[in-house]
Amino acid sequence: MRDFTITLVAGTLFGGGLAVSGMMDPSRVRGFLDVFGAWDPTLAFVMGGAVLVMAIAWLIQRGLTQPVFAHEFNLPGTQSIDAKLIGGAILFGIGWGLAGLCPGPAISALIVAPISAGIFVISMAAGMVLHRFNA
Amino acid sequence: MTLPGFPNAMPLEGFVGGLLIGLAAALMLLGSGRIAGISGIAARAMTLSKSGAPLPVAWLFIVGLLLGALLVNTFIMPIDAEFPPATWMLIAGGLIVGFGTRLGSGCTSGHGVCGMSRLSPRSLVATATFITSGIATVAFANMLGWGW
Repeated sequence: MRDFTITLVAGTLFGGGLAVSGMMDPSRVRGFLDVFGAWDPTLAFVMGGAVLVMAIAWLIQRGLTQPVFAHEFNLPGTQSIDAKLIGGAILFGIGWGLAGLCPGPAISALIVAPISAGIFVISMAAGMVLHRFNA
Repeated sequence: MTLPGFPNAMPLEGFVGGLLIGLAAALMLLGSGRIAGISGIAARAMTLSKSGAPLPVAWLFIVGLLLGALLVNTFIMPIDAEFPPATWMLIAGGLIVGFGTRLGSGCTSGHGVCGMSRLSPRSLVATATFITSGIATVAFANMLGWGW
């Protein structure tokens, strides 16, 4: 139960952070990638703030044998760099640059632009289904 | 607050929002032992991956994403959002982002925020790759007259 509560609080903070930071605006995210044009560095500040807090969290995590509200850590491996990782990241970057949207902001943006964000989110879901049955 | 030379940038709002995002990811990690990676959570919510958070947890996080944006939009500041002008960009972008984030096991949140802060070699490589690919895509789109 406390696991559920913490997840809802975390999701809400995440969505609020995306909204405050301007990252729900696809044109601003696209602006960060437009380094040869009208570059908008805002995303770098967002990433800096988030990575700063998370770096501290990882330091704390090292001293814990289990999470506060759950029995064990479920963490991905960090080492193997393969063609799937690189190919997936290249594809993700193409879609991100084309639409100015990545998964978190696209979902949160459903509340401000339900049609545009909805078209993206449904297409994204379809892309995930395609991957599930083809890769 | 503005940044000299970049009249449209929002460095302070960006940093504060980033702190909130980091706090959210830290709560997930230290509270429930999971990575706040949104592409993974979305796939999990659609039962596309066998491992990962229990279904209610995945859906609660997604509800939170919407709720957080709604609270900010209602009580703090109206959210600006300018979307791509062409529907095909939304459809193609969405399909490629969906497929690519699954193939590469993560997006801006999982690899960018959670993985880079862990100094995960996988995530550092993935993040450098998708930023480079995104920059190339925008430059190429501008050349083709698809800028917006």
